[in-house]
Amino acid sequence: MSLLKIENLKVNINGNQIIKGINLEVNAGEIHAIMGPNGSGKSTLANVLAGREDYIVTEGSVTYMGKNLFDMASEVRAREGIFLAFQYPVEIPGVSNANFMRTALNELRKFRNEEPLDAMDFLQLMREKAKLVEIDKTFLNRSVNEGFSGGEKKRNEIFQMAMLQPKLAILDETDSGLDIDALKIVANGVNKLSNENNAFVVITHYQRLLDYIIPDFVHVLYKGQIVKSGTKKLALELEEKGYDWIKKEIDM
Amino acid sequence: MEDVNIVEQITLSDYKYGFISDIENDTAPKGLSEDTVRFISEKKKEPKFMLDWRLKAYRYWLKMKEPEWANVKYPPIDYQDIYYYAAPKNSSEGPKSLEEVDPEIRKTFEKLGIPLAEQQKLAGIAVDAVLDSVSVATTFKGKLSELGIIFCSMSDAVQNHPDLIEKYIGTVVPSTDNYFAALNSAVFSDGSFCYIPKGVRCPMELSTYFRINAKSSGQFERTLIVAEEGAYVSYLEGCSAPMRDENQLHAAVVELIAEKNAEIKYSTVQNWYPGDKEGKGGIYNFVTKRGMCRGDNSKISWTQVETGSAITWKYPSCILKGDNSVGEFYSVALTNNYQQADTGTKMMHLGKNTKSRIVSKGISAGKSQNSYRGLVSVNTKATNSRNYSQCDSLLIGDKCGAHTFPYIDIGNKSSVVEHEATTSKISDDIIFYCNQRGISTEDAVGLIVNGYAKEVLNQLPMEFAVEAQKLLAISLEGSVG
Ligand SMILES: Nc1ncnc2c1ncn2[C@@H]1O[C@H](COP(=O)(O)OP(=O)(O)O)[C@@H](O)[C@H]1O
Ligand SMILES: [Mg+2]
Repeated sequence: MSLLKIENLKVNINGNQIIKGINLEVNAGEIHAIMGPNGSGKSTLANVLAGREDYIVTEGSVTYMGKNLFDMASEVRAREGIFLAFQYPVEIPGVSNANFMRTALNELRKFRNEEPLDAMDFLQLMREKAKLVEIDKTFLNRSVNEGFSGGEKKRNEIFQMAMLQPKLAILDETDSGLDIDALKIVANGVNKLSNENNAFVVITHYQRLLDYIIPDFVHVLYKGQIVKSGTKKLALELEEKGYDWIKKEIDM
Repeated sequence: MEDVNIVEQITLSDYKYGFISDIENDTAPKGLSEDTVRFISEKKKEPKFMLDWRLKAYRYWLKMKEPEWANVKYPPIDYQDIYYYAAPKNSSEGPKSLEEVDPEIRKTFEKLGIPLAEQQKLAGIAVDAVLDSVSVATTFKGKLSELGIIFCSMSDAVQNHPDLIEKYIGTVVPSTDNYFAALNSAVFSDGSFCYIPKGVRCPMELSTYFRINAKSSGQFERTLIVAEEGAYVSYLEGCSAPMRDENQLHAAVVELIAEKNAEIKYSTVQNWYPGDKEGKGGIYNFVTKRGMCRGDNSKISWTQVETGSAITWKYPSCILKGDNSVGEFYSVALTNNYQQADTGTKMMHLGKNTKSRIVSKGISAGKSQNSYRGLVSVNTKATNSRNYSQCDSLLIGDKCGAHTFPYIDIGNKSSVVEHEATTSKISDDIIFYCNQRGISTEDAVGLIVNGYAKEVLNQLPMEFAVEAQKLLAISLEGSVG
């Protein structure tokens, strides 16, 4: 089943074209990896899919579960099952992780005409998911991302993903800045969640994450376009030869 | 996609509680003169000392100048274009029970979500509901009087307890204190009086709902609370006003007196009509609130949640006269659209080992201006005194302003004064992060604002905290779906 279909997508930021015609189809049950040098437009693509306001779509279409994605406000996209693990998660002072997640989860349930979770059930769910990504319970009472280390912020993103159980999860460089143990925890979180009804788009700079999350497809994004697609083998090739090889091929 | 500024959207908000009820008034002629003062005093059947006190204040006021130092701007007020007294018509006899209250008035309270009938049942809350200038319903009086507690309207107190009023009125806020206090002293219409005798802990929260209702009727409440030695009382004041076109002047005075070992907790949720999105209309709220910790080991704590009024000018203060006395000020002041608030506190340390704590949380949205103005003064004799001040500002959007004016004056070497301040902003990045988790912009703002204000809201009694939380969200509500 096609979950996401991107056709000839072009995106401007402040008048500059950053995404220059992308085509990509993601089916339920698949894991796609998007790789590419810094500044290629990977985060821009992720943010556009999540509904960031100041990114202007100038051409193309995106269909999500049969519907025009651009008809939905960003909070509606989230409730419809799109989740973005941010490259740079923000801090929200004064709002505890627990309170934040409870609000988010209950919004989701309201959207599906479900009753809000009662406090006990919520607490249990939170403990269970916290364990999955090996985060400390005390961390749940702290303000969202405030004073968290880079690695803690990334793990918190995976924790939130586990809580919200999205249909389409986009992970934007969740692996950067993580040591190998943290990387395994993140990968384990993804693998536990992955099933035939959901899909993952894993944006990464390095292939090492793909040793733990095995992608079905690997795409290389460069200068706002997908310049190469392949299987896991492509990632290994990139690791070996670096991006210069692709850059040379394209820039010629 | 529309390139809209989400912050702008959320800060455009409609006043939820705007409506006018239709009640006939028993009104004094427009304008201010000695005759007006006499009219009010006569209407209220006051003893002579009260009339004399009012007249003295009036004559002094004539010689005073309106203050200009606050960081607020408004067109000149025509004091001759204001009605200084308006009473609901049926009130001359006074209702004996809620059933006797004018159905129109009761409907008004119900629209505000304050059903008096239910409030009587609400455990632990006595309600002295003020509509315009005259109390229309008082409950739980019996229970309180068993303990010797007096809780009644100011008018009743002037008639029935003239000795207490004469003894205490103007002892904390003299009639000559400032321009608006002098005005209030001359023409105060009604308010609450509360007296807790020696050693008595008031067993319930005392609550008064104020509400402006009559057209162009300036509101001049006067409240006096006295806690005798070892007494304790927690008093709640809250209000919400109907939609209105013209500016209305509101100049209240509140005086608190805490004797030895006594404690007074005074909480306010202020939601007077703030004016419309263009800054038209709204209440001018010029309030003088001051407490005196007269005895040793006494404590006065002010908590306020200010969301309403076009202009707020208000500095609930503590005079820490008794040794070891404690003063506290917890404040959330929210301004939106064209609202202006200049609010803060004064902590005056006179006794030894006195302590004060200031927690001020300003929230500015829209094109509003929000100022904190505080004075901590420590007398040479107030040795070993301490103050801790925390003044935070939260900005929503980039067209609003936050300002802090902390003044510190320490007269001895053994005292310590600490001041911390932060400014933060609800950025588009934070809003987007919340949206991406399925939380709408409005709910996100509510979540963040309530988190930010938590330390202050926690000071409020439970039922008030919930109301205040809703009020903050409503005040920032906009057109975002
Ligand atoms: N807010 C912005 N304003 C202007 N240019 C931007 C903005 N955000 C990103 N860009 C530019 O868009 C390009 C792609 O950025 P990004 O999507 O973050 O790349 P990647 O995630 O692949 O490293 C870069 O050249 C970057 O400078
Ligand atoms: Mg990036």
